[in-house]
Amino acid sequence: MAEVTASPHAGPARWLVVAVPYVWLLLFFVAPFLIILKISLSDTAIAMPPYTPVFEGFGAIGDFISQLDFENYAFLAEDPLYLRSYLSSLRIAAISTCLLLFIGYPIALAMARAPTSIRPTLVMMVILPFWTSFLIRVYAWIGILKPEGLLTLLLQAIGILGPTEQVQIFRTDTAVFIGIVYSYLPFMVLPLYAALEKMDATLLEAASDLGCPPWKAFWKITFPLSLPGVVAGAMICFIPITGEFVIPDLLGGAETLMIGKTLWTEFFGNRDWPLASAVAVLLLLVLVIPIMIFQNQQQKVR
Amino acid sequence: MAKSLGPVKRKFAPWTEPGAVPFIRFENITKRYGDFTAVSNLNLDIYEREFFSLLGPSGCGKTTLMRMLAGFEEPTEGRILLQGKDISGVPPYRRPTNMMFQSYALFPHMTVEKNVAFGLEQDNLPKGEIQTRVEEMLRLVKLEEFAKRKPGQLSGGQRQRVALARSLAKRPKVLLLDEPLGALDRKLREETQFELMDIQHTLGLTFLIVTHDQEEAMTVSDRIAVMDKGVIVQVATPAEIYEAPNCRYVADFIGDINIMEGTVVSASAGRGEAGTVGIDCDGLPVAVEQQQCTAAAGDKVAFAIRPEKVRISLDQPVDTSVNAAYGEVWDIGYLGDFSVFLVKLPDDRIIRAAQANVSRLVDRPITFGDMVWLRWPHDAGLVLAR
Amino acid sequence: MKPSRFDPVVLTLGFAFLYIPIIILVIYSFNASRLVTVWGGFSLQWYSAMWSNQGLMDAAWVTARVGVISATIGTILGTLAALALVRYARFPGKMAFSGMIYAPLVMPEVITGLSLLLLFVAIGIDRGFWTVTIAHTTFTMCYVAIVVQSRLLTFDRSLEEAALDLGSPPVRTFFKITLPLIFPAVAAGWMLAFTLSLDDLVIASFTTGPGATTLPIKIYSQVRLGVTPEINAICTILIGLVTIGVIATSFTSKRTELRRIRDEHVAQRGAA
Repeated sequence: MAEVTASPHAGPARWLVVAVPYVWLLLFFVAPFLIILKISLSDTAIAMPPYTPVFEGFGAIGDFISQLDFENYAFLAEDPLYLRSYLSSLRIAAISTCLLLFIGYPIALAMARAPTSIRPTLVMMVILPFWTSFLIRVYAWIGILKPEGLLTLLLQAIGILGPTEQVQIFRTDTAVFIGIVYSYLPFMVLPLYAALEKMDATLLEAASDLGCPPWKAFWKITFPLSLPGVVAGAMICFIPITGEFVIPDLLGGAETLMIGKTLWTEFFGNRDWPLASAVAVLLLLVLVIPIMIFQNQQQKVR
Repeated sequence: MAKSLGPVKRKFAPWTEPGAVPFIRFENITKRYGDFTAVSNLNLDIYEREFFSLLGPSGCGKTTLMRMLAGFEEPTEGRILLQGKDISGVPPYRRPTNMMFQSYALFPHMTVEKNVAFGLEQDNLPKGEIQTRVEEMLRLVKLEEFAKRKPGQLSGGQRQRVALARSLAKRPKVLLLDEPLGALDRKLREETQFELMDIQHTLGLTFLIVTHDQEEAMTVSDRIAVMDKGVIVQVATPAEIYEAPNCRYVADFIGDINIMEGTVVSASAGRGEAGTVGIDCDGLPVAVEQQQCTAAAGDKVAFAIRPEKVRISLDQPVDTSVNAAYGEVWDIGYLGDFSVFLVKLPDDRIIRAAQANVSRLVDRPITFGDMVWLRWPHDAGLVLAR
Repeated sequence: MKPSRFDPVVLTLGFAFLYIPIIILVIYSFNASRLVTVWGGFSLQWYSAMWSNQGLMDAAWVTARVGVISATIGTILGTLAALALVRYARFPGKMAFSGMIYAPLVMPEVITGLSLLLLFVAIGIDRGFWTVTIAHTTFTMCYVAIVVQSRLLTFDRSLEEAALDLGSPPVRTFFKITLPLIFPAVAAGWMLAFTLSLDDLVIASFTTGPGATTLPIKIYSQVRLGVTPEINAICTILIGLVTIGVIATSFTSKRTELRRIRDEHVAQRGAA
């Protein structure tokens, strides 16, 4: 499977290697986006499926164009709920990403500075929770955070709370932040660790030798050199958090507005598929820039 | 025991002056890592403006010694004095030493200029002064045009120069160089060696260099400390190290040498004459000057002689005041400037003799299978304890 | 880098944060009391309750089948994609191709799920077991591609060249030399794909149909009604399975990795 010149007899097998995954992704990743875009521009219908098909055969291009309308988008713009959802999602994602960075960086740094022999174990320990279900991990927090939950019991036992007081963070934004930080921590720690681990330790010795004390060397050398990891970690967390559904749904309250939840409600609750599609298209537009940054980053790493 | 070997380079030899105060003093330094002793009870004085080399194979403790001076490692026992002051416990960023790292350790995210300015910025010098000093340093290493480049855009030789400029920018009292030329190819390495000497001389700094390359150490140093297994075996000038090694290890490590086992015989043996001591090298009688041999009759010793000190000819020497051996040319190694003849004695021992190729190859009179005579004067060889 | 004395503290706190909620969940699955926060003694009653819950068991069976099939197809496609990315210097649309590999990693699941559903509706496929499997294959293949790609990047190409030189045609070389050597990464990719499929709630919710309720969908619908020890029990079993799987894989892959390094070393020495 070498270069074209190195294996002139590979024949069609060579092209299948590229073609099979390529076609699969075109069919099941790219095509759905085109469809979602079209449906977001169609009218709601009562029939099942609850939308009027926009595209029927290649002959009806003219019809197709005349049928397109932006009423779903107009509706999204009119109803402040949607705008607030988008802004709130971005705000929650931004705050969570900062929190993750603050918590994840010291962990990644400590891992990178640990003896080489125990580093693989530490990495494994960070990855292991990621292998257990997302849903289970969020669920685990319900039992801890709810008013009569374990956190209340613990705080009552050590006397911070009175016997009748309860922790009131379940179904608030705080609970959502805890859930997000908990679920996404491995995604933040691993890229940071990868960047820090491959850093040349003699650079810090050189800085020290040139008169730079350790805390200053961190900001002048370690942090700037870990920036690719910071960007990668931030994007890997920020993008999916913006569209997060499970965490705000299970831990958040009525006032927790997130676009993923809104989309879910439009789709499963109100059965308004075109509107849900419009919500999704707008979410994707909001995320285009972070996704581009992420892609760029990944390609540079390779 | 070594006799005077003539004028020392630059007539600079503070270590011979009785009242001279060492600039750096390692005092009973021991460094252990768990069970492993990297440096063992070592004492060493280095003088101001000296170009000093630590030479030895990898794992001999030379790098550890340098890192203790830079402050990256603390000695397990003993202390290090810099200008008479104990510097133990002083962190690297407060020591007046700077280091040029083997990997150069250039900060990849900073330009050449920023790299060189880094140390000066730590001292909070005014911006203008930093600028002047950086320009001065870049001029010194001839990299003015590359100031705005990043290390990744430079060649190996240029990176080496940036590393040098960066470590010199703070005008350290001592510059530490860890295998500074190891990553350069041979030609560039030789050029750079002379440049380093020039810079050291111009700036009047003390240089401490760690290397495993004996030629490099010989070329640049005022003095060399040969290390083995955590101890210093010999400290001397390059000429002394080469011509008068104090033991077999040093003789063998530096340059090429023939070593033969032997026993001191009481009387002058063989062709010996007054003022010489005879050594019986398993049947080959060798005479050496009396002052070269402190061993008593009957002692087991090793006789060592450098190949270039052995003359080779087709005729039997007429002069009886030289040592001689007879054998067959077994192999010839042609090195360009030199040819090395491997001569096999009747008892199958091989002695190497080097001869400068002053005439063209075609004229070479001695060839494979020739029976030849080897000879060397009484003062050409060395007697080493076994 | 020199460790700081705060490092052990940071690591201890970090890992405590990551593990304590899971440990609590496991402990309370053995709670005799129905109240999740009151310890009523050790009991396995929730496990037997879970076992006799037919709906839960059906969902588990669906999930297992979806996981195995989608992970297997996803691993084959992902490995091919990784080969395409690493071994093919250029082909038309390579940039777009690598974009399609990376995008699903960060794409919010609600978007992926909704868009796939609309595709299935548009081309008239009945939603159910196979639509969930296709959806899972699509996003897991990208994870496999990333895992296998990182292994291929460090692969010593001279081993393949040696095989080609000795007369083995490219396809046979791939199966005889390349695949055995990258197998640990492929296996790890399969494991990852399987657990991702096992975990997925959002995409499955969009793409599923009658008779193909997966375990996360079932768990989710019960969790919405409140925390029950029965859910703790099924979660504990899932955690246990995944933990055993991951540890077993890492042990065997470590052994295989060691053997691989030794083999490559010998091979290189032989070649030199």
